[in-house]
Amino acid sequence: MPRAVTTRRKTVNTLAAWAIGLLIFFPILWTILTSFKTEATAIADPPVFLFFDWTLENYAVVQERSDYMRFLWNSVIIAGGSTLLGILVAVPAAWSMAFVPSKRTKDILLWMLSTKMLPAVGVLYPIYLVFIQLGLLDTRVGLTIVLMLINLPIIVWMLYTYFREIPGEILEAARMDGATLKEEILYVLTPMAVPGIASTILLNIILAWNEAFWTLNLTAANAAPLTAFIASYSSPEGLFYAKLSAASTMAIAPILILGWFSQKQLVRGLTFGAVK
Amino acid sequence: MATQHSRSAARLMMAPAVVLLLGWMLVPLAMTLTFSFKQYLPLRGGDLGWVGFENYVRFVTSSSVWPSVQATLVIVGGVLLITVVLGVLLAMLLDQPMWGQGIVRILVIAPFFVMPTVSALVWKNMFMDPVNGLFAHLWKAFGLVPVEWLSQASLASIIMIVSWQWLPFATLILLTAIQSLDSEQLEAAEMDGAPPLSRFGHIILPHLARAITVVVLIQTIFLLSVFAEIFVTTQGSFGTRTLTYLIYQRVLESQNVGLGSAGGIYAVVLANVVAIFLMRIVGKNLDA
Amino acid sequence: MGQITLEQVTKRFGEVDVIRPLDLVIENGEFTVFVGPSGCGKSTLLRLIAGLEDVTSGTIRIDGKDATDIAPARRGLAMVFQSYALYPHMSVRKNIAFPLKMAGIDKAEQDRRIAQAAAALNLTDYLDRRPGQLSGGQRQRVAIGRAIVREPSAFLFDEPLSNLDAALRVGMRLEISELHERLKTTMIYVTHDQVEAMTMADKIVVLRAGRIEQVGSPLELYRSPRNLFVAGFIGSPRMNVIAGAEAARHGAHTIGIRPEHIDVAADGRWQGRVGVAEHLGSDTFLHIHDTGLADTITVRAPGEVGMRHGDRVGLSPRTDQFHRFDDKGLRIS
Repeated sequence: MPRAVTTRRKTVNTLAAWAIGLLIFFPILWTILTSFKTEATAIADPPVFLFFDWTLENYAVVQERSDYMRFLWNSVIIAGGSTLLGILVAVPAAWSMAFVPSKRTKDILLWMLSTKMLPAVGVLYPIYLVFIQLGLLDTRVGLTIVLMLINLPIIVWMLYTYFREIPGEILEAARMDGATLKEEILYVLTPMAVPGIASTILLNIILAWNEAFWTLNLTAANAAPLTAFIASYSSPEGLFYAKLSAASTMAIAPILILGWFSQKQLVRGLTFGAVK
Repeated sequence: MATQHSRSAARLMMAPAVVLLLGWMLVPLAMTLTFSFKQYLPLRGGDLGWVGFENYVRFVTSSSVWPSVQATLVIVGGVLLITVVLGVLLAMLLDQPMWGQGIVRILVIAPFFVMPTVSALVWKNMFMDPVNGLFAHLWKAFGLVPVEWLSQASLASIIMIVSWQWLPFATLILLTAIQSLDSEQLEAAEMDGAPPLSRFGHIILPHLARAITVVVLIQTIFLLSVFAEIFVTTQGSFGTRTLTYLIYQRVLESQNVGLGSAGGIYAVVLANVVAIFLMRIVGKNLDA
Repeated sequence: MGQITLEQVTKRFGEVDVIRPLDLVIENGEFTVFVGPSGCGKSTLLRLIAGLEDVTSGTIRIDGKDATDIAPARRGLAMVFQSYALYPHMSVRKNIAFPLKMAGIDKAEQDRRIAQAAAALNLTDYLDRRPGQLSGGQRQRVAIGRAIVREPSAFLFDEPLSNLDAALRVGMRLEISELHERLKTTMIYVTHDQVEAMTMADKIVVLRAGRIEQVGSPLELYRSPRNLFVAGFIGSPRMNVIAGAEAARHGAHTIGIRPEHIDVAADGRWQGRVGVAEHLGSDTFLHIHDTGLADTITVRAPGEVGMRHGDRVGLSPRTDQFHRFDDKGLRIS
């Protein structure tokens, strides 16, 4: 039973929580604000918060000078592609583990998880070599495959936990009703698991979008996504705060929005069901 | 629900995922293992033959390895301490009744969705820059000399950036755990006359123990391989060269693949030690 | 047609024998009930017939043809599950249409059969709702509708009423019985509730630990249970079981007598003290202690009996209604 709380206590809670929330959010807010300033205003001392001449100039400059759209497009292709590819591979695997469990299912799941924990740096050079050999270096295909592989364990796990919540009897009913395995997965399991599949997709797009080891090390100019594009600002020329802010805002905005929708699934996805 | 037919179908459908991951794990790992026993300098003669354990010995005896281990430990330990302590406090605060809880939650979670290169660059330039950064403005406003964060307090700066990124994760998971605490338990303790502090110590903290363990383990695995935050800020200088970054430099920058690979194997072993503990917890949960 | 024959069927899960070698013939049109305590293998047996599990050994024939290795969908059977197993993302109409769609039946015929089933099951007004918007009883009817439209050679019911409340259960029980009268199709019905078994079945199969204890019509089982287990399982309240001197007097190791076969009579041969008296209106169940025969002797007295806790009471068993069992618990005829 939730207890009635005094208004005074609630007010104190509210004030404290909002203050801390805004403090944590401040760097993002500041970046967004700065993106609408001129470069001179951006470094003004004392800093200006809201009362400046708002301009969209930086966004135009960023796009014009560095072909922002191309990086954005690379990010979209790589994050989206690796996630969809992962889902295609993971749905049948998760179906098997959730509905036809065997003695080895648990071991396989844990082993899959363990591949996620392999430090990337330990296999950097081999992957680099393989990529050169196969001509995959700095290609979207290569990066899509790598990101698919590093996130596959999470995708399988998330789908597995969602599928387990679907009663096996319903799939059996489909089987009795004459559905083949393909029809069972297509007409019964998938539609029922839509919310779970959607949140899995969402979380994995976020993870792939923000991945910053392989995207930095396996791309140069051609396939570089936004992570690499932003990294190029680490050695700037001249005044660049406003432009950096504009570029950053554009790079994080889509994922911030997706992320807010997926916050509930985040816990399940990132703790492998260890915290519910 | 298992007939022979469905079992063989299951095996078939599991095959692609298993084969892909097996390949993804074994092939590069076998290559790294092979390289680690070789003198391998792609730009200076290539494969110069087997050298036994020499790379392993050289990696641990090189002058840069202990500082890098220290830097790694300080960063991982610092971030864990900050995120867990603040995470517990923040989770408890967010669990209280208030107005606009949903919005506060969103504000708190937001940093987790910011890509590492963005957060590192924003902190580096717009906050920690000794001339134009907000901190510099703030210090000057109080008549202090601005700190050159990334060179004078480099480790602390990195810890701060990474903590900002991971605090939301810790908070979110701990909040989920707190919300699963039966409020009747707390009320019973209150009826029994337990003061707030001992309620926290005897009921809330033990209830959170598992969630905290999970946070610690998962974060450790990710923190051990922190890369972009260092790559775009200090490039490993000023004592921020972690093990991951050291290996990266050996392999890609100085192109000493043999030595780097030996380091890589150390990193794999280290990560596995942590992973084993995490797996136990996850595995136990699977049975339940 | 729908004759189902099991020959030496067994099922093992790992080291556990869930079904021991078992032979059974279910005749066409028969309403057969598998009954037994939980874990007796009754559901597994049904799933073996459905094809949802493989038999470990033995043969299952449907209408004489070997169906042991045929996929569930091709056995021509329809199943109603305990949880109803409705597709939550489909309307009632689509749920019922699903097996027809899978069978590739044309749209007009689909609509005809759905309309017919809906009318028979009072679902016409609900066809466009989702299962989540229906009550338990309505969901049950949708599950039955989904089974009917396939025109299967036999229906399999896996504890279909156990999720309904008591009042609804009685109603649905009647509906299923009526359905059987109307369709005359073979039905196999799994339950742990002996009342369902007694009221619905043409033939009851009592199972325990993967073995058939007895097969027979409800009254056969009631009148001549083959052993103590069946005697105790069929009939409510349970048969009184008496061992010792009283049994020896009848030349048996154990004797059983049903509560309804004991009369209350002041000068009865057995004397005891009333423990709890349950007044049902139509009957009174008296639990009698201190008889020296067993811990408790239950008596079913018709109508209202003005007895209270602690009253002394005399009991007179009808001697022609004693069931006699030997030291292995088997009936002595």
